[in-house]
Amino acid sequence: MAELKAPVERPLSPHLSIYRPMLTMMMSIVHRITGAALYVGTILLAWWLIAAASGPNRYAEVQWFMSTIPGRLILFGYTWALLHHMLGGIRHLIWDTTHGLGPAEREWLTAASLVGSIGLTIVVWIIGYLVMGGMR
Amino acid sequence: MTNQKSMRTALGRVRHLGAARTGTDHFWRQRLTSVAAIPLSIAFIVILIALLGRNHAAAVQILGSPLVAIVMMLFIVTSAYHMWLGMQVIIEDYVHHELTKLIILMCNTFFSFALGLACLYAILKLSFGV
Repeated sequence: MAELKAPVERPLSPHLSIYRPMLTMMMSIVHRITGAALYVGTILLAWWLIAAASGPNRYAEVQWFMSTIPGRLILFGYTWALLHHMLGGIRHLIWDTTHGLGPAEREWLTAASLVGSIGLTIVVWIIGYLVMGGMR
Repeated sequence: MTNQKSMRTALGRVRHLGAARTGTDHFWRQRLTSVAAIPLSIAFIVILIALLGRNHAAAVQILGSPLVAIVMMLFIVTSAYHMWLGMQVIIEDYVHHELTKLIILMCNTFFSFALGLACLYAILKLSFGV
């Protein structure tokens, strides 16, 4: 008869708590978080489009919400999440071809996607405010 | 066995299919939709900027014009498919109870399809003005 034995202490494979935080690791996590955020953000897209299809009053409600501070912050976050997920996705597509995986290249690519997404978000918002004719 | 007369060997039948029986299908569709999403997301941002500060009538006219409507619908279909696949991976990574996982995976499918369809309907209504 097999007897119940005390659990054996076995070595665990390294996981998040073992590794020191690295840029590539953090950006991998951020890629997933931005993906999930965009998933939820699609509700905004649907709200906006359905409002446009419903008529001027519904559309005015969306426009009012997007002009409030929380609305602007959500839109700004959505812009950054979309651009960051896009640049991170391009980085992953490059890696899928087995290019850019060297120690220096992967760090450079990862830093570039972060700097690029922040820079592009600011550029898009500057263009947006210019189109609207200044801050309002 | 399913087909005794098959010319294919047992190894040939299962090769590349893996535990989920779909092989690299999920991975490939994720990549395919991600490549499509790059130009479509840029186009989506351009369309959004073009609509900034415009009233309802102008927004309807732009969103309902053929080229913008087609690009928006491509963006919606690509995004809905891509986020459906992506959220499936997240759920499979973090939800380990079998029944709970099954239910949440179903909710993911319902959510992605419902939102995608709602957006498509809105674009079509704006285009045809019914």
